[in-house]
Amino acid sequence: MSIDISLDLNGDAVSATVEERTLLASLLRDRFRLTGTHIGCDTSQCGACVVHVDGRSVKSCAMLAVQVDGCEVRTIEGLASDGVLHPMQQAFQDHHGLQCGFCTPGMIMSALDLVRHHPQPDEATVRRWLEGNLCRCTGYHNIVKAIIAGAKEMQKEMQKADRPDPTAAID
Amino acid sequence: MYSFGYFRPSSVEEALTKLNEAPEAKMLAGGQTLLPTMKQRLARPSDLIDLAGIESLRGIRREGHRIRIGAMVRHSKIAESSDIRQSLPGLAALAADIGDPQVRNLGTIGGSVANADPAADYPAALVALDAIVHTHARDLPADTFFTGMFETALDEREIITGISFPLRPLCAYRKFPNPASRYPLVGVFIARALNEAGDHERVSDAVRVAVTGAGSSVFRVREMEKALCESFTPEAISEISVAADDLNSDIHAGGEYRAHLITVMAMRAVADIIAARSNPSLVR
Ligand SMILES: Cc1cc2nc3c(=O)[nH]c(=O)nc-3n(C[C@H](O)[C@H](O)[C@H](O)COP(=O)(O)OP(=O)(O)OC[C@H]3O[C@@H](n4cnc5c(N)ncnc54)[C@H](O)[C@@H]3O)c2cc1C
Ligand code: FES
Ligand code: FES
Repeated sequence: MSIDISLDLNGDAVSATVEERTLLASLLRDRFRLTGTHIGCDTSQCGACVVHVDGRSVKSCAMLAVQVDGCEVRTIEGLASDGVLHPMQQAFQDHHGLQCGFCTPGMIMSALDLVRHHPQPDEATVRRWLEGNLCRCTGYHNIVKAIIAGAKEMQKEMQKADRPDPTAAID
Repeated sequence: MYSFGYFRPSSVEEALTKLNEAPEAKMLAGGQTLLPTMKQRLARPSDLIDLAGIESLRGIRREGHRIRIGAMVRHSKIAESSDIRQSLPGLAALAADIGDPQVRNLGTIGGSVANADPAADYPAALVALDAIVHTHARDLPADTFFTGMFETALDEREIITGISFPLRPLCAYRKFPNPASRYPLVGVFIARALNEAGDHERVSDAVRVAVTGAGSSVFRVREMEKALCESFTPEAISEISVAADDLNSDIHAGGEYRAHLITVMAMRAVADIIAARSNPSLVR
């Protein structure tokens, strides 16, 4: 049996026919070829598969594709625009927040949900938030640094966006 | 996963019809327990009845002197609700410490309560707060709801619609989490009832102490309740311990260690309530 679903995927309206038992992670990777969403453990432990559904971070290995029918889904591929990395992605690069990179997409998607709750998180808050994200390489230290720095950059960008453009009044 | 059918009813009645048509069907709430179980092929429902489309199972609202939380309310919503943080601070703190943020964004109170995992957090809150589990058919007091390990008073195909709690601004939860899973090795919820004058009642049920994670199911510690009614201080219960023989002993912790943790967590919860009373902004 199969079911037709449609969703907003990284800003595009898409639809697909899926088996009931298809996981959201498989829909993203196998059907839409968005392979930035990784499957590490497939048992809800590691967080490599974290994506956003209607603005909240979830583990896509623990959700069915049919459950996101009508939802807004955002993956790591939806962050950069016109080849420019999202400030949180850039912060991971700048602060050496990755080694093999396998955990990174999940870390970044989780971090963005954190910033939604705590725009200026301190170290303890970041470490507590990362409960569901495992990294086998970095020892977490630089990940935590990157997230704090990324949050600051996001704050700056928001302020820039709020400030009226000084050139706008000229003509 | 074995294959199954999927339905998303928009009302409780429609869900019941589906459940009656397919005896091997199961309800799907947040899926954080059910889907992993199915992936391991430990469960093989013929159909999943997804409760996410039923509006009446959502929302947190006041009903007189009680707060009613819909069965499909996610842990993260309970943690963030300003009404719950004020009127049931221990419950909000409990929800904020379940698993990890992604589990909290999907897992629901109804799913957790129906599942009755002996190590789940909510059962301690429901029993200590004297909650009522509302189903499509009846109202079940928490004291008689949890009947054993993964066992409840629910009938097959009985849908939990919500859980309601009396207002208890003086309550706290302390857990000693398993560092890997975050489930409690021991979790203790303590609630203190207030009378209309705002003082604690000297009636026998004015303080309730409920323990999760330590036994085959949630249980109350009446000796601590009695001592705390006499004197609401950590010292009043420092010498009271639960018999280790009746507690779980497994690779995570032995019975004696769990017994010791119960007293320590209970004393900390009492201290939290005292601190919150003198400084409400300290509520954990
Ligand atoms: C990594 C991880 C860490 C976790 N850590 C913790 C923790 O620290 N503490 C803790 O308490 N829990 C923990 N959990 C469990 C989590 O809280 C689950 O969300 C919860 O146990 C089940 O809720 P659910 O909404 O996901 O239910 P589901 O998995 O969808 O359903 C569970 C069961 O309840 C039944 N059911 C669901 N809703 C209803 C209803 N309304 N009426 C009748 N039956 C219903 C289903 O048919 C199923 O049998 C953890 C889970 C994971 C994956
Ligand atoms: S792959 Fe989903 S949590 Fe590890
Ligand atoms: S960078 Fe390798 S797992 Fe995190």
